[in-house]
Amino acid sequence: MARKITPPVVTPETKPFWDAAREGRFTVPTCGACGKAHWYPRAICPFCASDEVEWRESAGKGTIYTFSVMRRVKDPYAIAHVTLAEGPTMLTNIVDCDFDTLRIGQPVAVVFKETENGPPAPMFKPA
Amino acid sequence: MSIKGKAYIAGAFEHPTRHAPDKTVAQLHAEVALGALADAGLTRDDVDGYFCSGDAPGPGPASMAEYMNLKLRHAESTELGGASYTVMAAHAAEAIAAGKCDVALVTLAGRPRSEGMATGTAPRPRDPNQPEAAWEAPYAITTANAYAMGAARHMHEYGTTSEQLAWVKVAASHHAQHNPHAMLPEVVTVDDVVNSPMIASPLHRLDCCVISDGGGALVIVRPEIARKLKRPLVKIIGAGEAVKHLAGGTFDLTTTGAARSGPIAFAEAGVTPADIKYASIYDSFTITVLIQIEDLGFCAKGAGGKFVADGNLISGTGKLPFNTDGGGLCNNHPANRGSMTKVIEAVRQLRGEAHPAVQVKNCDLALAQGMGFLLATRHGSGTLIMERE
Repeated sequence: MARKITPPVVTPETKPFWDAAREGRFTVPTCGACGKAHWYPRAICPFCASDEVEWRESAGKGTIYTFSVMRRVKDPYAIAHVTLAEGPTMLTNIVDCDFDTLRIGQPVAVVFKETENGPPAPMFKPA
Repeated sequence: MSIKGKAYIAGAFEHPTRHAPDKTVAQLHAEVALGALADAGLTRDDVDGYFCSGDAPGPGPASMAEYMNLKLRHAESTELGGASYTVMAAHAAEAIAAGKCDVALVTLAGRPRSEGMATGTAPRPRDPNQPEAAWEAPYAITTANAYAMGAARHMHEYGTTSEQLAWVKVAASHHAQHNPHAMLPEVVTVDDVVNSPMIASPLHRLDCCVISDGGGALVIVRPEIARKLKRPLVKIIGAGEAVKHLAGGTFDLTTTGAARSGPIAFAEAGVTPADIKYASIYDSFTITVLIQIEDLGFCAKGAGGKFVADGNLISGTGKLPFNTDGGGLCNNHPANRGSMTKVIEAVRQLRGEAHPAVQVKNCDLALAQGMGFLLATRHGSGTLIMERE
């Protein structure tokens, strides 16, 4: 990908995610109290307000909920929302593919992409 | 407490400029403020309440209050992006109803065109303390692709087509041809829209609004004051606001906050969508109009494509005349925020002061719908219903 990727800001709240990402592991925040996974990750469960949020290892499988290919730039890219097998839907990019073949509902799998001087960001490619 | 009938829009002014490289943002705010006060027949000394949003320079209302030398007993800054102005018009009515002010001024102004801003296609800088920053910035979300993702999903679920979306632009262009200030006064066709360059699939260049400088202002007053002025009486009768977001990753992108703000406003006003004679609907993109028309109940969810097609939004021929000034799609989009001009054109319609070619006959009930921030992440929604007395 030619596009330079803005690095994520690592905060105390989400450092474990980025530490895992540096090891190539994709984790999904899941509430120990209500059992639900959520996105974007935060320390307080958005569903039951418990602070017992855990980082659970994920296979990083999902399907495309929607996507758009940005054409009005030098290096076109595909932005998407991907619904994870764990339940929540997350904003991401679809990479390593022919954008013209993408479709809603398509199965995708996580792949980490380098950012500019930051931890790698989770993106997805056709599974 | 209801705001129904507690406040009137006595003054409304839209800045005629669309390109203001030789003016400052503060100057534009002051010019629209003075324009709206003159329209109402009031002066700066009458203003005791001031409302502004993130486009006003400086922190909250303080800098502009000083620049204009206002003497206030009520000041408020509400940031819901482009929805802020339908929302603040309602907040002004609330403040008046509560006795906190008598004459409320609401201003909007900006110069994104002069500043060379790539409004829709470049990611905007964000505060690193925004909790979602890390989860959005790497993916280059922009205004255009954020609305495009909603359009793609709407097409997938309901079979909405690019041609149907194009009708929204076609209708806006039919209105804009009569507006001497419109940035894009040329009438366009469905073919023109779908053959224009792809920006963020499935949205084409002509699915997108313009980038313009300018601004607008409203003067909202208590009923006793409105009745002493010489302008037609435009009464605020209902309002609703909402914030829709991704809810922990459990969301849909085929509805907007208008699905919540709309029913609240209709209930307060005691009217139904079928009663509305004219609607200003925020139009950052063609899809923005289509989805909000569904959410407000002008047609069923999923039926927006058929509803907007074949000129149904064109004044004089369609069932729901919308954005008769040409809207953001053709007229202007000052400060990249739409709901101020939405209220202004609704006021023109209710006063009978819209261009004769687009004036809705016997227009006694109008709605203005604003939406701010992004469809694909989080946004504000403000619905305002007004009646000609």
